[in-house]
Amino acid sequence: MNRRSGRLATGHPWSAFIQSSTLRLALLYMLMFLVSVSLLLGFIYWSTAGYMSRQADATIETEIEGLAEQYRSRGLEGLASVMRERVARNPSGESLYLFASADYRALAGNLDRWPNAEPDEQGWITFPLRRAADASGARSTAGESEPGHLGRARVFALRGGLHLLVGRDIRELEEVRSLVLGAIAWGLALTAGLAALGGLTMSWRTAKRIESINETSREIMRGDLSQRVPTRGSGDDFDQLAENLNAMLERIQALMSGVREVSDNVAHDLKTPLARLRSRLEALHRALDAKEAEAVIVAGELHELSHGALNEADRLLSMFDAVLRIARIESGAQQLRRQEIDVSRVLHDVFELYEPVAEDRGLTLHFGVEGTLRANVDPELLFQAFGNVVENAIKYTPLGGQIMLAAQHDAHGIHVLVKDTGPGVPEADRERVFGRFHRLEASRSTPGNGLGLSLVAAIMAMHGGSTELEENQPTGLVVRLILPD
Amino acid sequence: MRALLVEDDVELGNYLRKGLVEAGYIVDRAGDGEDALFMVTEQQFDVVIMDRMLPKLDGLSVLRTMRANGNDAPVLILSALADVDDRVAGLRAGGDDYLTKPFAFSELSARLEALLRRRRTSEKVTEFSVGDLEMNLLSREVKRQGQVIDLQPREFQLLEYLIRHADQVVTRTMLLENVWGYHFDPQTNVIDVHISRLRAKLDRGFDKPLLHTVRGAGYSLRTPVT
Repeated sequence: MNRRSGRLATGHPWSAFIQSSTLRLALLYMLMFLVSVSLLLGFIYWSTAGYMSRQADATIETEIEGLAEQYRSRGLEGLASVMRERVARNPSGESLYLFASADYRALAGNLDRWPNAEPDEQGWITFPLRRAADASGARSTAGESEPGHLGRARVFALRGGLHLLVGRDIRELEEVRSLVLGAIAWGLALTAGLAALGGLTMSWRTAKRIESINETSREIMRGDLSQRVPTRGSGDDFDQLAENLNAMLERIQALMSGVREVSDNVAHDLKTPLARLRSRLEALHRALDAKEAEAVIVAGELHELSHGALNEADRLLSMFDAVLRIARIESGAQQLRRQEIDVSRVLHDVFELYEPVAEDRGLTLHFGVEGTLRANVDPELLFQAFGNVVENAIKYTPLGGQIMLAAQHDAHGIHVLVKDTGPGVPEADRERVFGRFHRLEASRSTPGNGLGLSLVAAIMAMHGGSTELEENQPTGLVVRLILPD
Repeated sequence: MRALLVEDDVELGNYLRKGLVEAGYIVDRAGDGEDALFMVTEQQFDVVIMDRMLPKLDGLSVLRTMRANGNDAPVLILSALADVDDRVAGLRAGGDDYLTKPFAFSELSARLEALLRRRRTSEKVTEFSVGDLEMNLLSREVKRQGQVIDLQPREFQLLEYLIRHADQVVTRTMLLENVWGYHFDPQTNVIDVHISRLRAKLDRGFDKPLLHTVRGAGYSLRTPVT
């Protein structure tokens, strides 16, 4: 593992968390949540406190309308009398009235002086409340400003430079408003706090689980392929991801150990013929030296040695060919040359090719295929596969044995069966015999390269089929090759 | 016989040249595709041995150009590519035979013989004889010294191939490809067994054997020297 990539991949879990997309998502989500909560609370404010202050303004307007009517019909005198009447009727001082001279001296009403506030375009003012002392106004102390009290009023200029103020005490309204505002502020603060807490917790947990996957991958990159991503057993999407990764690692590990086993076998099975080749060439070399030195012609010996060396070279080459062929088939580099053919014809060709060989070795090869078996297959490769299986059966069946080449068509496809009366393959070894170069200990002494069945399995798999080993009764092996429809 | 050997590997080229000269060929050499194309256009060869992977211009392109120019000299392609697909590509480009590297020299020489023979004998011949053996493809009769020999269909095909290439060496691979029609690599001596069956029928009871084993190479059906 090189240092740089190691450093890039590793990182403090905290900094990984800061950079994590889940944190960013959580923050974004938090922001959106806050914006929508603010909008909601704003609406609540508008529809409660806002409503109340609009109501207060509407009440003032109504009152002004009444006064204006009096003013129009009865003039200033009428206006003043109505005002006095209303002040008297309104002991709690909710309604505010003030009639002032041109220089803003209070003439009548329940405010002691003209408020010092600049009116807006429509003449509305909001001001700290000070009431005039009057007989009925027991509520208030003359001349003193009542803390916390605000008045809301509209002011008018009347004819002759007189001023009129009509308004209401909005203390309660202000209380409600500040209560609502306070509640909204607290609500917002709480929401923000909870959202932040929830978001951080969630993204921290997610980042932690992703980090545990990263940690495992780093371990594996350092070379420990036995590491597995931990799962929590909850079956959630992270667990599924972890399980899939683990299954993938399992497969990779199996492939790796397969490769290791193959290279061990290659080392053994290729080195043996190489060693023999070398010793023969060496002997040949010595024999040639001897020939020159002693002038003894040992033509027969030279011939024998060079012939043996050639045979070893040929064996090596055919082994390489077989390995390359399997690799090409398994990697999908070789394309199937499919043709619509009668598989029983291929089987008959195999039978016909090997029947004399079997007879030569004191075995009987039977042909038990009837009718036609149409399929879209690669005849060359199938011939090689069937041939390999029959060759194996001939190789391992003892003198006097029987080999049966049969085929049948069922719902799943075409089953080709090669049954022999040989020693069979122990159940425990049945998976392993498909491995490249794998040869059962007992068969190490017979000729062959241990690639036959791997090639068969690769060819069948390429056709979408399978290869199965079964027990023949009472003894022997049944190789079942299945070609799907 | 003039042969053009197109091979860029010097060592293999020298070895093949030596073998071909010993076998009686007059050998010219080309080391890349352009030279090869130039030589086949300028001169007349009886047979061309062409490596597939060559510098400058690959063997199949040379072959296609040759054929497009109406040059029909027999061409044997040499290649490290062993797949059926590659073989088919080689034959489609106009090759007459295809040999996968590495190969035994005897295999190459047997195949060259067969290519040259194919030129000389017409496919239409239906009666053959080697020594006192007669074969008629139409009546499907085989006789030796007038005595009918009963052959199985495959034995008949085997003999037909051998008799078409009489007095030449025929290798096991050639037999597998041409008599059985499959390209594959048997682990056992299948062909030998078939040959010995055929030999039993042809030669048993006659004093002069016709079907010979050529050690390290293959078989040959030979006219006995009288």
